[in-house]
Amino acid sequence: MAQITLKNLAHSYFPNPQSEKDYALKEMDHIWQDGGAYALLGSSGCGKTTLLNIISGLLRPSHGRVLFGDRDVTEAETAERNIAQVFQFPVVYDTMTVRDNLAFPLRNRGMDASYIKGRVDQIARMIGMEEILSRKAQGLTADAKQKISLGRGMVREDVNAILFDEPLTVIDPHMKWELRTQLKQLHREFGHTMIYVTHDQTEALTFADRVVVMYDGRVVQMGTPEELFETPAHTFVGYFIGSPGMNFLDAQIAGNRAVLPDGTSVELGQSYGAPTGRTQIGIRPEHVVLTAGTGVPVTIRRVEDVGRHRLVRADAMGQPVNVVVPEGMPLEANLTHVSFAPQKINVYADDWRVAPQGASLGRAA
Amino acid sequence: MDKTQNNKAWFLVLPVLVIVAFSAVIPLMTVVNYSVNDTFGNNEFFWAGLDWFDEMIHSERLHGALGRQVMFSAIILAIEIPLGIYVALNMPKKGIWASFCLVLMALPLLIPFNVVGTIWQIFGRVDIGLLGHTLAALGIDYNYTNDPLDAWLTIIAMDVWHWTSLVALLCYAGLQSIPQAYYQAAKIDQASRWAVFRYIELPKMKGVLLIAVLLRFMDSFMIYTEPFVVTGGGPGNSTTFLSIDLVKMAVGQFDLGPAAAFSIMYFLVILLVSWVFYTVMTNLDREESR
Repeated sequence: MAQITLKNLAHSYFPNPQSEKDYALKEMDHIWQDGGAYALLGSSGCGKTTLLNIISGLLRPSHGRVLFGDRDVTEAETAERNIAQVFQFPVVYDTMTVRDNLAFPLRNRGMDASYIKGRVDQIARMIGMEEILSRKAQGLTADAKQKISLGRGMVREDVNAILFDEPLTVIDPHMKWELRTQLKQLHREFGHTMIYVTHDQTEALTFADRVVVMYDGRVVQMGTPEELFETPAHTFVGYFIGSPGMNFLDAQIAGNRAVLPDGTSVELGQSYGAPTGRTQIGIRPEHVVLTAGTGVPVTIRRVEDVGRHRLVRADAMGQPVNVVVPEGMPLEANLTHVSFAPQKINVYADDWRVAPQGASLGRAA
Repeated sequence: MDKTQNNKAWFLVLPVLVIVAFSAVIPLMTVVNYSVNDTFGNNEFFWAGLDWFDEMIHSERLHGALGRQVMFSAIILAIEIPLGIYVALNMPKKGIWASFCLVLMALPLLIPFNVVGTIWQIFGRVDIGLLGHTLAALGIDYNYTNDPLDAWLTIIAMDVWHWTSLVALLCYAGLQSIPQAYYQAAKIDQASRWAVFRYIELPKMKGVLLIAVLLRFMDSFMIYTEPFVVTGGGPGNSTTFLSIDLVKMAVGQFDLGPAAAFSIMYFLVILLVSWVFYTVMTNLDREESR
């Protein structure tokens, strides 16, 4: 096991990348602590899988180095890196039995038979496949096959890291929950570094201690679920995390006040000086309150009852504002304004978060 | 749900029945007719019962041809299948070279059979052929017209040249359908090259491979044109395969009765072997999905 360091790493699928646009992965420096449970979150095509394949050695990066501990493994073969990886779609060896499938990575490394047997039984118990160990893998359902793939990924004890590339896409919802819990338990038990790629925020936030959000080939923020929720470093994080995502309103920022296009002034919790560029304020729907006359005027478009609470879809000066309204609070006709909790407002300039001046400087990653 | 019974639908099958009757059933019945009669022309038939079949079953000549035929098919399968797989594994997967290889591989398949025969007939001639003359110049005693071994080698080389492409192309198609993730997973699992072939590539190629075996078996078992053009069945009878012998008997000697009995048995053997192949194939499939 080792700490994984990415140094000035960048990758392009073009042989001669001209501009930054040609890079699937923009230059980055990143450290994955030994034994951490990380989730790599982002929408499709943002470079998550590219990054994963570079770590496992299936892909050579165009620039930069990959270090496992102190060892430079940039040029090392996959096999040398001692990494386990589980892919999005099940990969099983059809002609082998379930048992042989699970034992395959161990046999290829010449482990002794009694150790293999013990280890295979242990993994089979974990993924609930003891009953069908002697069956051929061909003809099993997609989620059974994916469980075998997961099992094969976890069967080796000495791996440097286990990489999961959206492994639960093909699995039933109730089984997803169970497997995720098992992965978490496994992580606690063995302390492997785990990197879990997903575009599902629930999966990311429940699995990982630290979530790495990627956008357009860049790591935009790395933090605990709470940090991602409270202080998104980039508007993409605000929009991507949370359901629905953060509300963003164009505003001129001056000290601890934000002035919206129609002249309404909003009080901010801290002072931000005078950031330039396209400035916006961001506020979570959970921190917006409907009022009878104070704050920003809105037009309510729609109300959705999602069970635990209601969701009010409104417009303020042509920009959508979502409001979470607690169950039981009456929605009356005079509720025509919204007010924001000042401490919960974040300020963004050209999509990046502006740190408030003074006290809690640099809280975001 | 009950199926709607509409017997008028049978009329729709009628055109096909008529065509099949004229193209296959009636000619076949003519052959059956010849096989149980003796004739001296003028459409005069004398009932012979199963005498021709009896004669053919015990004919040394037919046994010899059958033996050579089985050996030929076995050698062809033993060379072309592994060679085809090997070629397919080493063909480029994408890019301009992949297209180039595909075209190159398809070329032999586009040449008419008797042209293939003629090409090799000339290629192997000691006086003017590139191969024959070169071998002679190297001091190797090669002459397919009077040495049975040389004749066999020439015919086998010709068939391998002509048909290995088919096996390679079928296998290539099978290989192309394997997702990249399988190879990546194998790398992660530290599988050897042999293990990748044995557990990933071979199982995925199994379907096309069985078709390739079946096609190559049937084709090589019925081979006529190419060896006929190259050696004419000689020297002696050494390359006289079943089809060549059959034509000699029917057209050369005008022994229509024995030849008809011969063809029917020939047909049944091919049908039987193909049926065995098919049954084994489907059973293998069923067993593995259980």
